[in-house]
Amino acid sequence: MTFHDYLSIAHGALATVSISLVSIALGVPLGLGLALIRWSRLPILNPLAAAYVSVIRTCPSVTLALLIFFALPEIGVSLDPVPAGILTLTLSTAAFNTEIWRGALMNFPREQYEAALSFGMRRGVRFRRIVLPQIVHSSLPALVNEMTLLIKSSPAVAVLGIVEITRAAIRVGARTYEPLPPFVFALVLYSLIVFLFVKTQRIVERRYAQAEALA
Amino acid sequence: MSEFAVVWQHRDLILHGFENTLIIVALSAAGSLVLGALLTIPLMSRNAVLRGAATAYVDTMRCVPFLLFVYLLYFGLPSLGLRFDNWTAGIIALLIYNSAYMGELLRASWADLPKEQIEAGHAFGFSGWRLFRRIILPPVLFSALPLIGNQLIQIVKDSAFLTIIAVAELTHEATSLQTTYFVPFASFVAAVFLYWLTCVTIEGTIGYANRYAEERR
Repeated sequence: MTFHDYLSIAHGALATVSISLVSIALGVPLGLGLALIRWSRLPILNPLAAAYVSVIRTCPSVTLALLIFFALPEIGVSLDPVPAGILTLTLSTAAFNTEIWRGALMNFPREQYEAALSFGMRRGVRFRRIVLPQIVHSSLPALVNEMTLLIKSSPAVAVLGIVEITRAAIRVGARTYEPLPPFVFALVLYSLIVFLFVKTQRIVERRYAQAEALA
Repeated sequence: MSEFAVVWQHRDLILHGFENTLIIVALSAAGSLVLGALLTIPLMSRNAVLRGAATAYVDTMRCVPFLLFVYLLYFGLPSLGLRFDNWTAGIIALLIYNSAYMGELLRASWADLPKEQIEAGHAFGFSGWRLFRRIILPPVLFSALPLIGNQLIQIVKDSAFLTIIAVAELTHEATSLQTTYFVPFASFVAAVFLYWLTCVTIEGTIGYANRYAEERR
């Protein structure tokens, strides 16, 4: 393996992480929206959101990626591999985020909501000023945990032919006729990236534990 | 709708893939549960070296992406002279990977086990392997049931990754149906439905077992 090969795999790792980060940025608010639909028990939309969560939560991301990439053109939407990959990971992480947000909403103390109501706060203000800051705080550890799981499973989008870390390693292996070194390098590199996220997650959790011990 | 008719016509193919997925899931679920249970012994050991090694294995697996792990096993290891066929490589990958997760969640459940229970076991003359199998393992398994259920669903989802090494599981068969007859929507929706059915069945069974465990307590 030449220096260039290492570089191309590192480049692939960057592409995978970027795709994951975009999906996280889209999936976290999408999950919140769906959780609000479920929380407010909107007719029609609530059972739809529940069905969405149930199906996507059990759907392997490889299968979902193939479904999106190959079936969407049938209804006239053809996506390039990268947007299709982002859509896959966004839909998948949003289902898990919905459950996290919903849990936080269910545990939100009713009295506070009623207090806000008695102060004459309008619906929007009530949500933005009273509910949101607190559910962000209580969901954060679980959300970060889901983020690390997403980043770990994101090489799945390789099935769409995106040149991310897996593809980059396959290419190098095919050129040098020695698949072991590029795969070992890719595995170690990506595991280190995931490890960094897990470390961050532990720091977040420790901060929370300390804050709770003080309170 | 005619797409679904095509899939229905070739349902043998999809069902064959489904059957293989169920076999893969059953083998790796049973295997990783047994290996995970055995792994709790070094994880809870007083011997620091043993515990360190087991913990390192678990932590490594928790950071490794499964897809790259499968590729490494199937395409990388032959250069070291270790050559597996795709089925063996796939199941070994699922076993090594999920045993670590099972081991970790069973360890957490063991750590929560009341000390008195183990001490009572000692007092009745249980020790070593018999203490582990008769006194420690049953309550640990019962209290970890919901987490085991989650991990089983994870195994179902991980099994779809094996399509990349051409194991004829559900996603792989759905792909081959779609490339032969150009019915991408119907074939993948059928696959997604069968995955959902499998996971809902697992959740239901675990829920039932959990109620049984509660009653026995």
